[in-house]
Amino acid sequence: MSNNTGKKAHEPLFHIIKRNGLPFWKSWLIRILSVIAALIVCGIVIVFVTGENPLEMYKTMFEGAFGTERRRWGLMQDLAMLLCVSLAVTPAFKMKFWNIGAEGQVLIGGLATAACMILFGEKLSPYILYPLMICSSIIAGAVWAVIPAFFKAKWNTNETLFTLMMNYIAIQILSYFSYIWSNPKGSGKIGIINASSSAGWLPYIGNNKYLFNILIVLALTIFMYIYLKYSKHGYELSVVGESENTARYIGINVKKVIIRTMLLSGAICGIAGLLLVAGANHTVSSNAADGRGFTAIMVSWLAKFNPIYMILTSLLLVFLDKGATEISTTFSLNDSFSEIITGIIIFFIIGSEFFINYKIKFREKEVITKPEVKEGNEQ
Amino acid sequence: MPVPAIELRNISKSFGSIAANKNINLTVNRGEILSILGENGSGKTTLMNMICGIYFPDHGQIFIDGKEVVIRSPRDSFEYKIGMIHQHFKLVDVFSAAENIILGMEDTGKYNLKKSIEQIKKISEEYGFDIDPNKKIYEMSVSEKQTVEIIKVLYRGADILILDEPTAVLTPQETDKLFTVLRKMKENGKSIIIITHKLHEVLSISDKVSVLRKGEYIGTLITKETNESQLTEMMVGKKISLDIDRSEPEGCEDRLVVENLNCTNSDGIKTLDSVSFTAKSGEILGIAGIAGSGQKELLESIAGLQKFDSGEIVYNNPKTGKADNLKGKTPLQIRELGVRLSFVPEDRLGMGLVGNMDITDNMMLRSYRKGKTAFLKRGAPKKLAEKVVSDLEVVTPGIGTPVRRLSGGNVQKILVGREIAFAPTVFMAAYPVRGLDINSSYLIYNLLNEQKENGVAVIFVGEDLDVLLELCDRIMVLSSGSVTGIVDAKNTTKEELGILMTKNSKGGYGDEQ
Amino acid sequence: MIVAFITRAIMQAIPLLYGSTGEIITEKSGHLNLGTAGVMYVGGICGVIGAFMYETHTSSFNSVLAVLVPLLASVLGSAIMGLIYAILTVTLRANQNVTGLALTTFGVGFGNFFGGSLIKLSGNTEIPSIALSNTSNAFRTTLPFADKLGVIGKLLFSYSFLAYAAIIIAFIATYYFNHTRSGLHLRAVGESPATADADGINVSAYKYGATIIGSVIAGLGGLYYVMDYANGVWSNDGFGDRGWLAIALVIFAIWRPNIGIIGSFVFGGLFIIHNYIPGLSMGAQEIFKMAPYVVTILVLIIVSTRKKRENLPPASLGLSYFREER
Repeated sequence: MSNNTGKKAHEPLFHIIKRNGLPFWKSWLIRILSVIAALIVCGIVIVFVTGENPLEMYKTMFEGAFGTERRRWGLMQDLAMLLCVSLAVTPAFKMKFWNIGAEGQVLIGGLATAACMILFGEKLSPYILYPLMICSSIIAGAVWAVIPAFFKAKWNTNETLFTLMMNYIAIQILSYFSYIWSNPKGSGKIGIINASSSAGWLPYIGNNKYLFNILIVLALTIFMYIYLKYSKHGYELSVVGESENTARYIGINVKKVIIRTMLLSGAICGIAGLLLVAGANHTVSSNAADGRGFTAIMVSWLAKFNPIYMILTSLLLVFLDKGATEISTTFSLNDSFSEIITGIIIFFIIGSEFFINYKIKFREKEVITKPEVKEGNEQ
Repeated sequence: MPVPAIELRNISKSFGSIAANKNINLTVNRGEILSILGENGSGKTTLMNMICGIYFPDHGQIFIDGKEVVIRSPRDSFEYKIGMIHQHFKLVDVFSAAENIILGMEDTGKYNLKKSIEQIKKISEEYGFDIDPNKKIYEMSVSEKQTVEIIKVLYRGADILILDEPTAVLTPQETDKLFTVLRKMKENGKSIIIITHKLHEVLSISDKVSVLRKGEYIGTLITKETNESQLTEMMVGKKISLDIDRSEPEGCEDRLVVENLNCTNSDGIKTLDSVSFTAKSGEILGIAGIAGSGQKELLESIAGLQKFDSGEIVYNNPKTGKADNLKGKTPLQIRELGVRLSFVPEDRLGMGLVGNMDITDNMMLRSYRKGKTAFLKRGAPKKLAEKVVSDLEVVTPGIGTPVRRLSGGNVQKILVGREIAFAPTVFMAAYPVRGLDINSSYLIYNLLNEQKENGVAVIFVGEDLDVLLELCDRIMVLSSGSVTGIVDAKNTTKEELGILMTKNSKGGYGDEQ
Repeated sequence: MIVAFITRAIMQAIPLLYGSTGEIITEKSGHLNLGTAGVMYVGGICGVIGAFMYETHTSSFNSVLAVLVPLLASVLGSAIMGLIYAILTVTLRANQNVTGLALTTFGVGFGNFFGGSLIKLSGNTEIPSIALSNTSNAFRTTLPFADKLGVIGKLLFSYSFLAYAAIIIAFIATYYFNHTRSGLHLRAVGESPATADADGINVSAYKYGATIIGSVIAGLGGLYYVMDYANGVWSNDGFGDRGWLAIALVIFAIWRPNIGIIGSFVFGGLFIIHNYIPGLSMGAQEIFKMAPYVVTILVLIIVSTRKKRENLPPASLGLSYFREER
């Protein structure tokens, strides 16, 4: 920048410019620093709220998440479920389609599974029952997702609000069937389905209830990684997400890609519903998805839509959840403590993205603020 | 000698290493209309943006009524009673005209739209505008929107008005009306700066003309004492020899025949008006014209990206000997017909490339559908990426670098490299050397020549007339969406092109072959 | 029966109306705050904390202070939530959807955490809730002549001041958008920040202002819910999904607070109508509860197909503004 000789403050003190991209390690350094900064802030909050030693608290969190074998399996199961939903929303986000309806898509998939188990569980042979459950959950999830996609493609209807509303319709439909199929009658709860016959339950592997789910999600993760990175479909949806003009230029049918991608997104949500109902809970209720549809958005976004990184980001969120739950029991706090901690950490990570994408340029001296330094001051 | 309303002294501004304005001097008196004349990229808009506070000059001084002033923001320029009518209107679509006019004003007193409307009506009457203050912007024609912009500036009490290519979007009748208004303003003692390319307009409206060329100030003339050819010469400059090799076209066949193409944009403006021409194999057809004369719409229509109202685009397939009509076809359908059409669009990162993808993945855009499996094959695109990087001397850390991080010239090389690798029979390029240094530019010229020698029909949209004259075999000139002439590049002059480019084409196409 | 239905529907409507008015103000500046659900929780719990502090620390109970303290606490809490959202999305240009969802996670957690802690503090172990009946009574003071006017009195005058405030705020917001210069500027910021910027409007200031004021108004919805609708009883998760319903109401109201008033009454009615239709099975009631969401989707579709420009969301909704962007 040149000096404007003989004139006073002309340009603002600093201005913000877009970065052309940071080296890989630097951007991750910023993210890690932001997590550390967040943990420090959380520590302060902990001391303020409870008066306990924050280090002690973090130790308890660790215990809570990884302390026993049972906890480790529980953690893995929750991780798998969250990851599964995150995998589902990722292709849509990569296409810049804001699907916040994963919650509803999971529930509908779960309901379809439960319906098959309740209606046909003890009538059909397992060789027909399992394929039926799989198909119906996938179809239900896909249908739930493709409705907003259709309107988006056709009339550019706002998909964020549409998918959000679809969640609540799914919840109400589920509540309706909770009464129809309630067990015991009139309780408004479905209860454990086929408790005696275990018909339609996903198999235990070596006595482990969750291993099957975990393996399925692992396979899905690999599938999604390959789909996004090495398949023609994945390539097309990235192009559509990055630039619709370029997509048209090379002859991609944008509407078709939107609908196809949402079919896939919904189908995987359907599978998540199947795993939750047939693989873990053996029942279904309106909070079966447990907010994962929303948490998944953060998981996917924090991982920059990369399925492999998503294992890490969902681990972070599940760890926070499990750990903070442990804190609340040990220090007799409330369960919701984990949500506060999660919220604070995500605020920091979201905020840190700014320092990856932009730099602050000061007048005259070309000082580029080190984002690492800025980090602590930002909140 | 009266004190000038506005005076610029030695104004300079650079963007990075490119000097957009070098030591510019201008004066405008009260009750005077000054035209600023210059080709694309001559720095006119940059200069005006400095007067109205969007950019800040690196050097130089601005005087208003003889006093030196500092203009830091649009707000400062309002205070000095400067108003600019931008080429791209800055209006809120869902607001009414009146709401847009008063937007941003921090009047003292109560907000009273009715009172403002009264005042708007008064201004309209004074200058003869015909506008409904309650009409929404999105319901308006372009000329109405422009009227709103002008009233907005007057409403703020501007004494110095700057109009950036105001006639580019107007019909001749609307232009006449605008000029009547401008003359009235001049009578009322306002100072007006008008940017235009059209010589006849310069001659009819202005008192003085200042000419800019490639960021430099060439001179100011009194309009009455000059003529078209003198102005053209000042604007385009002396012919510079570039030594671009040009071979004789060989084996020319009609490859692409465009007939009576008409196109209208979303504002209802005619962007292409009965355009007809033939692109021949083994030949470079240049397209000259002021930016926005329909070049983009023409190329996009051929590529299947733009819907057009009427006309035919016929491709004579050298393999099958069939004549295929491309009208109404999508890019994919065009490709499936066996038409090998390459297209280097103007906005490379907006269309043609994906900024966040690396070079390999961008190479793959054309070819990813190859192969029967559902999976991508990155082998060939990777080889191509390596080849393009080394052949075209692309400066990049590696082929895994996102294209967005490369400089403009390198981005262009990647796009051109990919499009040539597609082995086209028709190659269309819009401003392929824009932002490139000399060596890279020559690299591109040689590539285009190579294509021509291979029998490709090359369509080259350019802005530098010297390049067009030396590179192309024939040059078609577009002005306001219609063809004002198709000339033999070897037997024409810069002046002739300049006159065709600035000609008001609505009168007819006397020069067409 | 019909009178009871209407009054209950209106009481259901008020929190939604606060939420949607607040959200409309925020959205008019171009920011889709999906954190409204969290903001309303925080607004509610901060009111509860304020009331709890006041009730336990005061010896002489003063009705005016009993209203004022929770009110201020609620306003402060929601304003901080709005500030967090504004810092992240306006200054740091973070993704609005992700930020909003994180804000909801945080806000709901915050509400339930302090709710839970206060429940423990109040020593009520049998029912997991806190009851602030004194404060609630102060909030629920109604006009004295309401009872004397019979049905009309019950329909029109039987509500607490916060209910009337909600309607007045919605009208003020409508007036503000359409009849003030500042409202015009705010709408310009949401429609086309670049134009507003070029006209010398301070885009960031408007965005901050709209987000924080919007949050404060939404937070009052939470306060009304606890103090009035729930009779001063805070129970965790009791507020439910009303925050999301408020966002739905914004669409239903096509971004107009005055339509939001009618819309909230319709939503409130739809929300409880299943209780008033005789002979509905429990299951069928659940189907009826779907109505507000289905109606919202229909409105969304109709608006997008009609393409009437005034009814579309603010043009820059969801996008960050960066002046130097091409």
